[in-house]
Amino acid sequence: MPERVDDTDLLFKALADPNRRKLLDLLHASDGRTLGELCGHLDMTRQAVTQHLGVLETANLVATRRQGREKLHFLNPVPLQEIYERWIAKFEKPRLKALHELKRRLEGNGDHD
Amino acid sequence: MTKSTFVYVSYIRTTPEKLWSALTDAEFIKQYWFGVTGDSQWTPGSPWRLVFPDGRVADSGEILEADPPRRLVIKWRNEFMPEMHAEGYGLCVFEIEPAGEAVKLSITHSNDHENSKFIAAVSGGWPRIISNLKSLLETGAVVLK
Repeated sequence: MPERVDDTDLLFKALADPNRRKLLDLLHASDGRTLGELCGHLDMTRQAVTQHLGVLETANLVATRRQGREKLHFLNPVPLQEIYERWIAKFEKPRLKALHELKRRLEGNGDHD
Repeated sequence: MTKSTFVYVSYIRTTPEKLWSALTDAEFIKQYWFGVTGDSQWTPGSPWRLVFPDGRVADSGEILEADPPRRLVIKWRNEFMPEMHAEGYGLCVFEIEPAGEAVKLSITHSNDHENSKFIAAVSGGWPRIISNLKSLLETGAVVLK
């Protein structure tokens, strides 16, 4: 999948902050929360939480919905899936194959025996 | 009906018209939905089914709104897992908006159960499907089979 460099940079920058990762964990535990609810779980000013949510939204890791007068924040896992496909799955595969081969040899049930 | 809700957003470099047809064309759906396909007339009031490759019905419901190429609302119930079937109908809303050179696809899937098993299950499935759809529209190939 070709990447738009800017999007990938935004994504990794958004993930490179422990407070923003904590916000993602909070949304994972309970999705669709207001700013006020999220602030209650964090030792930060409301302004700081707003800024972090803005970075996450720009990176498309958080999606928002208006419900009446409230703005609800949702974890958007789609970019994480793209990281998984681009940066994990392809490196994981040869390693798993190597481990599988090693196990076969050590346990002595390879084809060569 | 919004006790359990997931919102998924993806920016796809395509046109609203192409994205709409990707969401409503049975042969195209099969390519990114792991062999599953959608069966409907895609007009308000028409029945809708999601069908496994072997012909079993995975999910069923009705098209509530169809405003091509902007908005599609499906009344959606699981048909193959008794626990999820028992939760009854939920809503899946597809919204398509132009966003610069790309198109923003938002999918909101919800039902009126606290801690819904069905919504939890789709939360795992949608990202893979959307990621495949994006890849197929942008490059002509899927990433996951």
